[in-house]
Amino acid sequence: MQINDPIVGARDVNLWYGRNHALRDISLNIKEKAVTAIIGPSGCGKSTFLKTINRMTDLVEGVRLEGLIEFRERPIRQYDIVELRRRVGMVFQKPNPFPKSIYENIVFGLRIQGIKNRGQLQEVAERSLRQAALWDEVKDRLQDSAMSLSGGQQQRLCIARALAVNPEVILMDEPCSALDPVATAKIEDLIAELKRDYTIVIVTHNMQQAARVSDSTAFFLMGELIEYDSTIKVFENPEDQRTEDYITGRFG
Amino acid sequence: MNERTALLPKPPVPGATRRTHLKDRLIERGLLGVASLTIVFLFLILLFLIQRSLPAIQEVGLREFLTGTRWMPSSRNPGYGAFAMIFSSVMVAAGALVLSAPWGVGVAVFVSELAPKALKEVLKPTVETLAIFPSVVIGFVGLVVVAPRLASLLGLSHGLTALTGIIMLSIMALPTIISISEDAINSVPREYKEAAYALGATKTETILRVTLPAARSGISAAIMLGFGRAIGETMTLLMVAGNALSLPITHVFGIPVPNLLASVRTLTATIAIEGLDVPWRSLHFHSLFVLGGILFTFTFVVNLIADIVLHKWEVK
Repeated sequence: MQINDPIVGARDVNLWYGRNHALRDISLNIKEKAVTAIIGPSGCGKSTFLKTINRMTDLVEGVRLEGLIEFRERPIRQYDIVELRRRVGMVFQKPNPFPKSIYENIVFGLRIQGIKNRGQLQEVAERSLRQAALWDEVKDRLQDSAMSLSGGQQQRLCIARALAVNPEVILMDEPCSALDPVATAKIEDLIAELKRDYTIVIVTHNMQQAARVSDSTAFFLMGELIEYDSTIKVFENPEDQRTEDYITGRFG
Repeated sequence: MNERTALLPKPPVPGATRRTHLKDRLIERGLLGVASLTIVFLFLILLFLIQRSLPAIQEVGLREFLTGTRWMPSSRNPGYGAFAMIFSSVMVAAGALVLSAPWGVGVAVFVSELAPKALKEVLKPTVETLAIFPSVVIGFVGLVVVAPRLASLLGLSHGLTALTGIIMLSIMALPTIISISEDAINSVPREYKEAAYALGATKTETILRVTLPAARSGISAAIMLGFGRAIGETMTLLMVAGNALSLPITHVFGIPVPNLLASVRTLTATIAIEGLDVPWRSLHFHSLFVLGGILFTFTFVVNLIADIVLHKWEVK
């Protein structure tokens, strides 16, 4: 799929976990201020690919990466890792708030940047919580432990925490897989809301979700990118037989 | 048979069931017996401790033991004040922790978060080996290696001081602190650290702001158990701390402060020294049990707090 001025661009990316060749020649451009979904069966490399973008794969021992990934036309290797991860935020599969207060969770990213001004911290906390559609539910108990929130609230808190450092891209790794349908719907509404200001890349094993929230969809299979096109095209008229088999539920 | 019942496991052969049940029950009962026996013994020791110390408490009064500073139980004009020993015990144990807590937690962080795999595999058994050294060996090392060097370093007439005891004790408390802190640090979910890294935190920031706070109750428990270990230690202190019966307090600009360079005698050392030749069933004999009771109270309370704190950590 032709994308001009991509915010993230991957060219011929190969990745090995030890001897396991997990990503094979992935080339894929991601459009700014849009939602890109990555779908595929378990173990197809979709989460791995997502984690290469903010270099979370660096944390895994024995990983080897080849090829080029650019963020804003500059190779991610050339970024200071702290800056890259501030500009490319991440939301994980399982909600993972810190065992701290709701407030401290949100301002964590600012605190490690050395921001101490209380007014500024409070302002950012409120703004992020509003953006994550959580403010009304927690505004009276910001000092309560984040662990006291429900799973869906925790995941929105994690989104607010990622938003607080003002990222440009938000990577979401199956953000709803641990949530019930109501909480899932809230996150999906939120994604639709956020794409006005942010670029979102979402990995999901839920094809309906990909169809509902995304503008374009990439289908991964066994470490390869099989098909990448507008979501409508991928779901209604896929080019590749394997894509069709997957989305019609013949395997996966 | 409908589909549902077909899925249930088949009932096992009746004879086999009874036999395994009997075996299970025997093993269960046996283990329960052993466990109960442990508790019974513990209570018997406690009961014995109370019973043997009662005559001295009735005769002298608990207050004299806790606040008096004159310990001369075999004198013609006997004194039973144990305050100097209680103070020495606490001072030496607390002093040891001042050294071994940051040291031990530092090692635990290094082993669990920073050390490369190969080094980790060397460090862990080394720390565990430290725990199996007999205290008399550590005491001997303190006596012949540490004490003389400390004396010449600080210009003292001899090196048998509270400080020497503190140094040796801190080494002995290390394994406890390291292994329990390490467990606490390892049990911090990986997801917390990932979240911190994904927000741009460095390794140091992640350790200081996420991992250690999340492990703090486990680490506090580790330090308290280290205190329990230190306050109960006998042989090493007997050998290196000088065994002087005075209150180790000195005045700096008129303010009383603990004197680490004084020779001290702890509760444990006193029991060990005097217990050997005390006249059976004398007041002196009973008063040594009072010292034991005081020591027991200390370790019991500290362990109890540690246990509560650890439990809180597990629930989280």
